[in-house]
Amino acid sequence: MEELIIEHGRIEKQYWGDLWNYRELFYFLSWRDILVRYKQTVIGVAWALIRPVLSMLVFTVVFGKIAKLPTEGSAPYAILVFAAMLPWQFISSSLSEASNSLILNPGLISKIYFPRLIVPAGSVITSFIDFLISFAILGAMMSWYRFWPDWRVLTLPLFMVLAFAAAMGPGLWLCALSVEYRDFRYIVPFIVQFGIYVSPVGFSSTVVPAKWRLLYSLNPAVGVIDGFRWALLRGPIPLYWPGMLASIASTCALCLTGIWYFRRMERTFADVI
Amino acid sequence: MSDWIIKFENLGKSYRVQHNLEGQRYVTLRDAIANRFKRLFRTTDTASPRSENFWALRDVSFEIQQGEVVGIIGRNGAGKSTLLKVLSRITEPTTGRIRLKGRVASLLEVGTGFHQELTGRENIYLNGIILGMKKKEIDRKFDAIVDFSGVEKFVDTPVKRFSSGMQVRLAFAVAAHLEPEILVIDEVLAVGDAAFQKKCLGKMQEVAAEGRTVLFVSHDLSAVEKLCPRSILMEAGHCEQDGPTSKTIARYQETVVQTAVADLSSRTDRKGAGFVRFTRIQTLDQHGNERAVFFSGKPLRVRLHYRASAADALVNSRISLTFNGWGKTYFLASTELHSDQPLTLAPEGFVDCVVEELPLSLGTYYLGPFIEVNGIVQDWLDAAVTLQVEDGNFYGTGKDYPLGWDGKTVLVKHRWEALNEVLSSRR
Repeated sequence: MEELIIEHGRIEKQYWGDLWNYRELFYFLSWRDILVRYKQTVIGVAWALIRPVLSMLVFTVVFGKIAKLPTEGSAPYAILVFAAMLPWQFISSSLSEASNSLILNPGLISKIYFPRLIVPAGSVITSFIDFLISFAILGAMMSWYRFWPDWRVLTLPLFMVLAFAAAMGPGLWLCALSVEYRDFRYIVPFIVQFGIYVSPVGFSSTVVPAKWRLLYSLNPAVGVIDGFRWALLRGPIPLYWPGMLASIASTCALCLTGIWYFRRMERTFADVI
Repeated sequence: MSDWIIKFENLGKSYRVQHNLEGQRYVTLRDAIANRFKRLFRTTDTASPRSENFWALRDVSFEIQQGEVVGIIGRNGAGKSTLLKVLSRITEPTTGRIRLKGRVASLLEVGTGFHQELTGRENIYLNGIILGMKKKEIDRKFDAIVDFSGVEKFVDTPVKRFSSGMQVRLAFAVAAHLEPEILVIDEVLAVGDAAFQKKCLGKMQEVAAEGRTVLFVSHDLSAVEKLCPRSILMEAGHCEQDGPTSKTIARYQETVVQTAVADLSSRTDRKGAGFVRFTRIQTLDQHGNERAVFFSGKPLRVRLHYRASAADALVNSRISLTFNGWGKTYFLASTELHSDQPLTLAPEGFVDCVVEELPLSLGTYYLGPFIEVNGIVQDWLDAAVTLQVEDGNFYGTGKDYPLGWDGKTVLVKHRWEALNEVLSSRR
């Protein structure tokens, strides 16, 4: 029998290995969350579809019809909005779910050892499932408008990875802060609500004045949304590379600091939860 | 011996306690910001929050051998739970280390991770994984788990429709089918009905019999006494006593002084009409001093204080006292056995039951007082006070029971005849 030693700083050394060892737990916790989510909601899967569709309708009417903002190339405004609504919905629900994930599982945290990173990561996965389901709507809309993407759609998985990172980084921050400060979770809905207006969900980021565009792109959601639109909407508008790189950089920074902060606070989670 | 499976080496765990946050469970961002501002505008050192290190565990060192069943007892806050938390890696030690040769499964609380919306089947998988089983392992044991829990019919029903008893049974069934080298149990036996508790105790003994190691943390001294040959007493974060359970329990009861006097006013587990109530019970030695520990063969005086709600004398009364152990009565003392005269008592006062030579062997016993007035039971308690008995040379041979016997028993003076060499009893 291999000998196991428990001492100060030991968990630190074997953390990433443990993350692998506990992959089944990760899988089952995600499975539980997905199962519960679709059992609890009476309308089940429909819930994942209704929310983005309703927001998309409102945004199309407000920004496209009332404010008459320009679309990108020849894309119908509804598709322009929905191409952004998909990743935004994913990021925002990941943020709210991840920030609550540890507080809602105090029993797990205070009674069982496992790398805590599993819990917020699991809630991001749950939101990812919703995200995939919503793709069906995009497909339906595209066939309604007879507007099909070109070869660029093949790059979409790359932007999905970026979306994942953009959801994970801030999610870890919010999650750790919510355990540490009990009133923090009241701030999260505000952040999410605020985010939809500072991200180019209802409008194209081309409407942002050129001199502000780079600064604007520091918002990780901007890079993700621009990327999604570039991949899904064929047309003459090129990808704004400086902005994309700025977004990728800020996403990476948020992700790395998120992991760092989460790992730092993780040691005390069981004591404060 | 080198056959240890768990080795604690100078284990210590300290927490930082902030005094200005006392009585407040959680830190809020609001307070954190407010405090930071306060510190900004204050110039003296006193502004920093007064915090100090509190050692929940300090220099804990002991070894547990392969296959041992060890009890851990102690008061609330003595460090038992922290010890288990460190052992199950929920929190890291500050100093020292634990060396383990095997998988630890902790049942700090059964049913961790149970989800009300999920079915019994789903929860078995989820809970099993959480407790550290592999999926294949659960597939293999699934039927046995369901069988043990006795909820076969409801396996595909959401757990929220289960009674709490059924949930506990299912949770324990999962836990019971873990096959760790080291099983850590904390107070699980407090739940479930008597029959199920018995099943659980049986399972624990089975686990122990298979040569696996069990650490059992409990407040239930009689359960510890029954299950664990060896026990450790935790006191203020360190290991106060380590040895045979009977000795450890005796030490524990010495430290818990209040067992010498039992205030019964808050007890609700009484039977009887209630016009007369026992108010207090004292256990006294021959000099009239209150004690918690007594010796076999030495005098014991149990003083039963009572009070009636009316001022009339209590005509035709009977008082008795049972000496109980785990689920059985060892002997009974009663006023009607002492004298056949009808007993008349003052409406308030005390009576003493004197046992000249305490005929009980090493162990923990519970005293159960009973009072009846004119044929009506007035007050009756099962375990009003604990009595700790130590070896006391009852037979005058230096032995109170034969070598290898380690159970509670009644000691009776006796002799043996018709042997080649007749053993001479003291009397």
